[in-house]
Amino acid sequence: MAAPQFKNPVVRWIDYRLPVFTALHHEYNEYPMPKNCNYLWSFGAIAMVTLIIMIVSGITLAMSYTPSTTMAFQSVERIMRDVNSGWLIRYIHMNGASMFFIAVFIHIFRGLYFGSYKAPREILWMLGVVILLLMMATAFMGYVLPWGQMSFWGATVITNLFSAFPIIGDHIVTWLWGGFSVDNPTLNRFFALHYLLPFVLLGVVFLHVAAVHVHGSNNPVGIDIKGPQDSLPFHPYFTIKDTFGLSIFLLVFAGFVFFAPNYMGHPDNYIPANPMVTPAHIVPEWYFLPFYAILRAVPDKLGGVLAMFGAIAVLFILPWLDTSKVRSSNYRPIYRQFFWVLVIDCLVLGYAGGMPAEGIWLVVARVAAIYYFAHFLIILPLLGKLERPRPLPSSISEPVLKGGGHYPTAAAAKPMEKA
Amino acid sequence: MRAFKTLILAAALGLGLTGSALAAESAVPPEQEWHHSGIFGTFDKAALQRGFQVYKEVCSTCHAMSLVSYRNLQALGFSEDEVKAIAAQYQVPAAPNDAGEIVERPAIPADHFKSPFPNEQAARAANGGAYPPDLSLMAKAREHGEDYLYALLTGFEEPPEGVTVPDGMYYNKYFPGHLIGMPPILQDDSVTYADNTPATLAQSAHDVSTFLVWAAEPHLETRKQTGVKVILFLLVFAGMMYAVKRKVWADAHP
Amino acid sequence: MSDTIHPAGAGGQGGHEGEGTTRRDFLYLATGAVAAVGVASVAWPFINSMNPAADTLALAQIDIDLTPVQVGQSITVTWRGKPVFVRRRTEEEIASAASVNLAELRDPQPDSARVKQPQWLVLVGVCTHLGCVPLGQKPTDPKGDYGGWFCPCHGSHYDTAGRIRRGPAPLNLLVPEYAFLTDTSIRIG
Repeated sequence: MAAPQFKNPVVRWIDYRLPVFTALHHEYNEYPMPKNCNYLWSFGAIAMVTLIIMIVSGITLAMSYTPSTTMAFQSVERIMRDVNSGWLIRYIHMNGASMFFIAVFIHIFRGLYFGSYKAPREILWMLGVVILLLMMATAFMGYVLPWGQMSFWGATVITNLFSAFPIIGDHIVTWLWGGFSVDNPTLNRFFALHYLLPFVLLGVVFLHVAAVHVHGSNNPVGIDIKGPQDSLPFHPYFTIKDTFGLSIFLLVFAGFVFFAPNYMGHPDNYIPANPMVTPAHIVPEWYFLPFYAILRAVPDKLGGVLAMFGAIAVLFILPWLDTSKVRSSNYRPIYRQFFWVLVIDCLVLGYAGGMPAEGIWLVVARVAAIYYFAHFLIILPLLGKLERPRPLPSSISEPVLKGGGHYPTAAAAKPMEKA
Repeated sequence: MRAFKTLILAAALGLGLTGSALAAESAVPPEQEWHHSGIFGTFDKAALQRGFQVYKEVCSTCHAMSLVSYRNLQALGFSEDEVKAIAAQYQVPAAPNDAGEIVERPAIPADHFKSPFPNEQAARAANGGAYPPDLSLMAKAREHGEDYLYALLTGFEEPPEGVTVPDGMYYNKYFPGHLIGMPPILQDDSVTYADNTPATLAQSAHDVSTFLVWAAEPHLETRKQTGVKVILFLLVFAGMMYAVKRKVWADAHP
Repeated sequence: MSDTIHPAGAGGQGGHEGEGTTRRDFLYLATGAVAAVGVASVAWPFINSMNPAADTLALAQIDIDLTPVQVGQSITVTWRGKPVFVRRRTEEEIASAASVNLAELRDPQPDSARVKQPQWLVLVGVCTHLGCVPLGQKPTDPKGDYGGWFCPCHGSHYDTAGRIRRGPAPLNLLVPEYAFLTDTSIRIG
């Protein structure tokens, strides 16, 4: 791969000493993308932009926020009422968390459908799971900061999960709290960590992007790039396509921020935290509901906690649980059906997680939780052996273009590691 | 495949229906007409001023509104001098004087609304053990928001057969559990409106609910107006990006 | 990225000469301009959020009772987070402030332009050099070579009208906006 020639002498001077421009050129300009990637592939870039929106709005909010139990609620309301455009920045941050999870969930299910976690992209996938975990921790601690009723009781319930561990459990909880209940020390450390973790997240995202650039992106057909006719340079084809996808995503985002800013929130969080009164019905934010349903589905305290963490742990080993060599569901007729059942199963879990844990909803949550694990631990390993995939095309271009023709050639034919 | 998709759809639908049936345990407040609802909704300034009068003369005897300042009242259409006059009606504790005593001074526009009680304990003691909650965020802190507030204020009724209402409690159709410590204090002609609007219960409940929405979300109008501009901008930008995308990709699909 | 030369170039790839290219270039430019406008309009609320908030601006006014201040005495009050000096000047101080030749001053201003009533001098007690609080309020403080205030940080001397006379400060001590409510009380701000 030839180093690009830069016209600008300053750029050339810098690049000769620190080849950042060459790196950018390779990774974001000529980087070969499979030409058949559809709009589902835009959600990685969309999630990245959302992360940046969250960091910028978060830093701005932190400039007006006071992490103290006596001032936190008022300082958030001061942002909403008195700080210039404070209401806008806070609603962006509040709804941005949900939009970030929407983008990432679509990104994850896209990976599940098209087998993006399979060799040689296992580490890429596992870094993605780490990102999800970091997001969950960050979102949870951020939700505590306004110090409303849901903040306080959410923090109490979730930190109490750790008391399930035998012997050391109670010590862990006391350590997390810095006291004997969720209180000022807890709020202070949650603020510190809520500020820190997004930058850790950014670092892992960097590794995630570096990993995807080693073997290139997967694609709807799920077979590797065979030659220049299969790929297009990232710029302008996918920069433009992703920006269009992003603009549609931002429309939805703006719809929430300006016309339904509290739709995904809970009214109880507009009541200041009261350690003496628990709200009648505690629910976490919607993005935690499937995991919350799994937690409550297990009648044993420790068992529930383990099952909830297990629901994410199972994703770590997914690349080895799926025994099929075929990546894309388009060529796996049976897996494709199970994929949609899993999607429904997760929606059912989410719904059950928002309902009171009693009667029919407990049964529904249990069935759905068992199915969730069965999908990964039983169905996927067996299916890879039993299913007969449909024949794969010989190249990416084949199903896209019947009979070939003249293709525009990507600047680099091969992914980066072969250079 | 088709049969399978139908099955999924049916399952999802069934789940949704059961869910909504289960959720309806207490009376759902009927939706009211609000000048401020909808994409282009703006506050009815006259209703806000009337609602403030209801809050000031009726609600504020028990309920605080500590997140709102007198200066905010200018948004209701009051002039700066009117706001100063309203604030000056209240006495608030001043900073310690040179002798270290805290004396009272008239409130200024920068002060927050004066609370009727110095603390929660005093409020409970004066209200038979019940704590009249702060109303600053009430319209956002309850499901169904202003519809619920209106329903609650107009929802006092005789208890049904077999329900005994303890002393100091009242029966309200829309309050969770139906037994509420607040008496039906808002009645026809509880206030005499400065603009001569007949102060029926329905009218004053509607006005004060509007005022409470403003108190909870003072930037509602700016938010919606900015939103319309942002959405229009994004529609134009998305349209242009689509055209650019079509042009750039034109030669990628021979 | 636009300053790289690549074989399979960005917009130009497979492009046709003439009208098509122009129309396409216009579309790219217009879209880029719209995007730039969008980013700039989003940036403003974030920057503006760091300006003083509505509650901060609302508290920018205070009333001061002057009755307890004797002739020759000074009091210090807090206004917008800064000290404000109020000095009840003696006849000699007024006379010395009024008799200065304006041509000698670094920041020429007659004494009459700095007071509303000659007896009362109201100043923001922040040195115009780098923001320290000058000495001279307490009877034991050094008052500098001109009988007013002396800034200990870098040695600026102010006279009895708060004007800079010697040292690095470029301007006179600031006179805040204020008005006499009665003969014995003022409102600052």
